[in-house]
Amino acid sequence: MAAHEYDVIIVGSGAGGGMATLQLANAGLRVALVEAGAYYDPADEAQRTQLRNPWESPRRGASTARRPFGDYNSCIGGWELDGEPYTQKGDTEFMWWRGRMLGGRTNHWGRIALRFGPLDFKRKDSDGLGDNWPIGYEDVKPYYDKVDKLVGVFGSNEGLYNDPDGFFLPAPKPRLHELYYIKGARKVNVPVIPARKSMLTKRINAERGVCYYCGQCSRACSIHADFSSGTVLVFPALRGGQVDLYTNCMVREVTTDAAGKATGVSYINKKDRQEYRLEGRSIVLAASACSSARILLNSRSAAHENGLGNSSDHVGRYLHDSTGASRAAFIPALMDRDIYNEDGVGGMHVYTPWWLENENLDFSRGYHLEIGGGMSMPSYGFGFAANQYNEFLGARVGGYGNELRDDIRRFYGSRLSIACRGESVPQYNNRCELDPTVVDEWGIPVLRFDYKWTQNEINQARHMQDAMEELLEASGGVLLGSKPGADRDYGLTKPGEIIHEVGTTRMGSNSATSVTNQFGQLHDTKNVFVVDAGTFVSQADKNPTWTIMALAWRTSDYIIEQMQQQNL
Amino acid sequence: MDRRETLKSLLLAPLASGVIATSGCVTSSNNSAARVSWTPLPTSYSYGRTEVEQQRDRELFAESYFREHELITIAILCDIILPNDHPNGGALDAGLPDFVEFMVKDRERYKLPVRGGIAWIDNRSIEKFGADFINITESQRLSICDEIAYPDIQDPDLQPGISFFTLMRNLTLTGYYTTALGFEDLGYKGNTPNIWDGVPEEVLKKHNMTYESEWLKKCVDQTQRDITAEWDDDMNLLT
Repeated sequence: MAAHEYDVIIVGSGAGGGMATLQLANAGLRVALVEAGAYYDPADEAQRTQLRNPWESPRRGASTARRPFGDYNSCIGGWELDGEPYTQKGDTEFMWWRGRMLGGRTNHWGRIALRFGPLDFKRKDSDGLGDNWPIGYEDVKPYYDKVDKLVGVFGSNEGLYNDPDGFFLPAPKPRLHELYYIKGARKVNVPVIPARKSMLTKRINAERGVCYYCGQCSRACSIHADFSSGTVLVFPALRGGQVDLYTNCMVREVTTDAAGKATGVSYINKKDRQEYRLEGRSIVLAASACSSARILLNSRSAAHENGLGNSSDHVGRYLHDSTGASRAAFIPALMDRDIYNEDGVGGMHVYTPWWLENENLDFSRGYHLEIGGGMSMPSYGFGFAANQYNEFLGARVGGYGNELRDDIRRFYGSRLSIACRGESVPQYNNRCELDPTVVDEWGIPVLRFDYKWTQNEINQARHMQDAMEELLEASGGVLLGSKPGADRDYGLTKPGEIIHEVGTTRMGSNSATSVTNQFGQLHDTKNVFVVDAGTFVSQADKNPTWTIMALAWRTSDYIIEQMQQQNL
Repeated sequence: MDRRETLKSLLLAPLASGVIATSGCVTSSNNSAARVSWTPLPTSYSYGRTEVEQQRDRELFAESYFREHELITIAILCDIILPNDHPNGGALDAGLPDFVEFMVKDRERYKLPVRGGIAWIDNRSIEKFGADFINITESQRLSICDEIAYPDIQDPDLQPGISFFTLMRNLTLTGYYTTALGFEDLGYKGNTPNIWDGVPEEVLKKHNMTYESEWLKKCVDQTQRDITAEWDDDMNLLT
């Protein structure tokens, strides 16, 4: 077995790993990028799902175990992976999504790209709960600026204090159902602004294309006009010749020497099931918050009996995900509408940022609203409950025969939906830890989750439900389904379900209550860094990806500087 | 190509004598269409699959789940739900029996409801008309469908049939509207590269909507989309 010598070994090729790979390779360092899944390029015809018609698949876009968001979704992964279980403690119902491909979960995220605001880094100052970050918006702002320009994001400068402006590309115009929402929201004094998403409505460089409005970012863009880590960060890094990419390689642990210093990683090549080692001066973990925590916990040695970086017993703790709730309405004014192409960009063109910052509410922390609807392409599920809205028109639901065709056309595109995404309060007792007895198919101990929402999140969900009803009705909607009550925690999603899990290796200046310093560097082991969302002290009601990339860039600059100073 | 040559065709089975004996009734049989035919769907697809996924699809296509009797019943129900006598074709033109068969095999949770539903509807047919569903007349079939096609029907005896019919209607409609025929029927426009520049003016008018000039200032000028973005230091887009 040949030993490899790298300046940096990066584990995971998602948002954080991709950004670190590009920055460190650009600085001239020799980088190994280790990914547990396979190579993926949406421009490869053999992997393309974009612009396919539903009948090109035998299941017409229905979900499968390997593509839970539909069989044209580009992300290979899911809640359950063959041979890679996880377990729950007590009545915990944590849902853990793992991507297994180059680019990881950046292949399926909604491209919603929100900066954290000044308040988001210092939440303890506002409500006394949890902890402040050791850094503030001013530390991260220069990196957000650079991410905006490198990666590309559309949006609008609104001058909102906690939803900071950026270097935005221009936004797409609202669709018709979004105009109904804007009108309704204004009636009840709720703000609406253009969405902020990482899709190129305008050219940013010669390499990537400009959006052609197929609305299929979730299928990955063959002209690379939306962001995914593979296409935007890893491919340019590979072109520089400084990077060796290892795919289908599952990292078991970070190896250390007798003094406790990291020496490299050991991994299983999934193709031959053999174990290999890579040696490197520094290790950067970017395997996702929970996977990186798992690697650290599995990296036990005489010098690190409790797992690497875990002298504080904080690895895996403070795990938290976004809250979520959703509701939909039928908009009678959108019945029998003219049919035209309104695919637009993937997902919403407008959204509502948190608007009640200083209100006296029975929960802490806010949420934002994501708007859905429109004349989307029929795929599996289209036509289910075809004429359920007849109920509201005094007509009969059900039936058979050609009249169903008229129902389908009448109600096509007449639905408006809202999804809320909120901030939860991080809890010391919500955690992932190693299951003492269960291993995956590679023999690696798996994670066990122990997680409970608190009354804070439940109260927030109740508020979401009230707000969504008010907004949907103000938009001319007839509410669908029933409003979930206390018995269903007001429709609060399960922890993990929103796929924004963060906090498992949180940063801090006190090494007794945090895992890394403000640069994602382990307090215990100076040559190991974390650049995924594990370092987040709190998650904000913002989708984490933009902050992951900003912090990964910041950590990369720190690594380069520390190497120049011979500290690593 | 002669379209008939491409059709998949199943002969309606003669009534089993055992069924007659059980029901004690001799009303029958084979007096409707002698065959049920549909446009077959492909049995292999290329749509960006991984090797593991290709293997899964191959296994599903190789799996035989429905008996011929069941497949004929499915075909007849699909045809009732969305008949072929329409310019945009119907369920049989769209190959729905093949689609339903595939989806039921793909989704384990559908297997029992569809098999049990077919048995339920046969039982109902025998009780009322002395033969199973595929061997009664068309008007007799429709009279059974009328009993179970509407979720507001309260009769407790009919609830299993209503659930089954709802599932069959869902599968039929979703199967049809995800074919080219269904796209045509709906008038769907999309899934093609284009330059979205907002809701058409005449549509805005119909809905009493306008784009406000303040909002439009934040939106893309599609004539400039190919000009590389540049900003000043204050985050203002210059190009």
